[in-house]
Amino acid sequence: MTWENRYNLTELLACVAAGLLDSGSSVFVGTGLPLVAGMLAQRTHAPGLLIIFEAGGIGPQVPALPISVGDSRTYYKASAASSMHDVMSASQAGYVDYGFLGGAAMDCYGNVNTTVIGDWSHPKARLPGSGGANDVGSFCWRTIYLMRQQSTRTFVKKLDFITTPGYLTGPGARERAGLPAGNGPYRVITQLGVYGFDDATKRLKLLVLHPGVTVQQVQEASEFEILIPGEVGVSPEPTAEQVRILREIDPHGLVIGK
Amino acid sequence: MSDPIKNNGELIGWHDPDENRKWVRENKSRQLADKRTTVADAIRKYVPDGSLLAMGGFGHIRIPMALIYELVRQRKRNLTIIGKTAVHDIDILIGGGCVSQVEVAYAFGHELRGLSPCGRRAVENGQVKVTGEISNAGFQWRFLAAAMGVPFMPIRSMLGTDTLRQSSARVIDDPWSGKPIGLVPACYPDVALFHVHRCDRFGNAQIDGIMVEDFELARAARRLIITTEEIIDHEEIQRQPWRTVVPFYLVDAVIEVFFGAHPIEMPVTYYFDEEHIAHWLEVSKTPEGTSRYFEEYVFGVPDFDTYLEKVGGIRKLTHLKQVMKLQPDLPSSIKEGES
Repeated sequence: MTWENRYNLTELLACVAAGLLDSGSSVFVGTGLPLVAGMLAQRTHAPGLLIIFEAGGIGPQVPALPISVGDSRTYYKASAASSMHDVMSASQAGYVDYGFLGGAAMDCYGNVNTTVIGDWSHPKARLPGSGGANDVGSFCWRTIYLMRQQSTRTFVKKLDFITTPGYLTGPGARERAGLPAGNGPYRVITQLGVYGFDDATKRLKLLVLHPGVTVQQVQEASEFEILIPGEVGVSPEPTAEQVRILREIDPHGLVIGK
Repeated sequence: MSDPIKNNGELIGWHDPDENRKWVRENKSRQLADKRTTVADAIRKYVPDGSLLAMGGFGHIRIPMALIYELVRQRKRNLTIIGKTAVHDIDILIGGGCVSQVEVAYAFGHELRGLSPCGRRAVENGQVKVTGEISNAGFQWRFLAAAMGVPFMPIRSMLGTDTLRQSSARVIDDPWSGKPIGLVPACYPDVALFHVHRCDRFGNAQIDGIMVEDFELARAARRLIITTEEIIDHEEIQRQPWRTVVPFYLVDAVIEVFFGAHPIEMPVTYYFDEEHIAHWLEVSKTPEGTSRYFEEYVFGVPDFDTYLEKVGGIRKLTHLKQVMKLQPDLPSSIKEGES
């Protein structure tokens, strides 16, 4: 039996992402795959994970997949149903460990574009903009990105627009711009593997390949050069239990069906 | 100290704090007066063409849809919309031809439901102009500055990005730490439109669930129109005054509109009408489909109650309440009214 019969790619990504979160830490999540990963972590190895939503939900036991980050389900059995001012201030003040984001395109420093394709004043395509993403990427100690479609069109040398800060132009650039010190992008999870950032250069570095993926595939699916260390790990496959819970979280396949 | 760095975004909604204090003194009544009116009159009176408009709630949570449809019905034009995460509200207004400009934290998308065909078409063909970019916290704190009567609020996000470069924020050196700090200018919308769970006839309002940005926005906007699921007695407000999140003197008009957020979620009360939202996202793929939608659901109905009948009436509304309570669907035989 091949892996596709046991789980799909999105389920693999959700499990890999969930594995990065630990009980006792706090995470800012958006809707979609980041939330599915947070819910999975909360229902498996990290029951004490504090999930926070930008519109004010704090510490919910999310019962079913919310459609919006302001949906009532984001504060179901929560510790608090608060406000954006409250949770954004908390994250600016250092209370939020992880931020979980998606992105349309990324460069080698983990800067992300979700605003426009083409020139800003005459865009070829208009995307929704920052929303809370710039704040999450600025304030949270560690930002994790989930990008399902790594290719030479999404891992690019130069972004049309930097919506959300990664390491900007390299080491020290965030602090020079005035962003809170000591934080930034931490992991990037794509359909091919998991990446981190090199300490010295702040450039994207391969850490782990998903089952069956080669280093060559990773490099071919990027316009910029990805740093490849001597040793590269392999992602653990989702367990039957994880897959069962994912299908319970998202029974209609709104996210994991994609 | 180095000179402040200016960015490229157009400055929208700013007033000198003294000018705004004067405006408030002259225009906002402190009288405990009955403000009940109709949706049509409130929109006619307080929302002239060209207004800078913000909606309470969060894009497709607790949105004042009866007021939104009325803006379309009265064919309001050249509105500037505050895209403080604007989702279904801005989409309907763009589709209705009411919008010429938007300042964007989040717009032209429907979160999990995908991108907005109608909003994207308008901005890509130049019908709607983006005046500038900002983040959600940035907008939030523009309202906070206005609510406090100060000219700006310091902020530590957006720095170093194109979101900052296309915003109306500025960067200075913090006089204490010496580090660069962003300043977002106060934003006073001309009008804010809210839908709340309950309020009295004076406008003292209670909201269930998350506040999102409404505490600050209610205090930042010059005019505030409130629709409410229910008008309650003033005595009921007085019994639990700590539940009042919007005090009466901020409010200009009060209208009771049952299910006034449909097809949007009203926290704790009713859930999204996914069927109707999906219908809009489908028909709004073309200008013709968009027009037909408005003919059917806005121009073709005399009032909001008739609209509710048209979208499925009591049966549909009961269902949306059940979904909110996480109750499973009734057996189909009961749902269809069979014994």
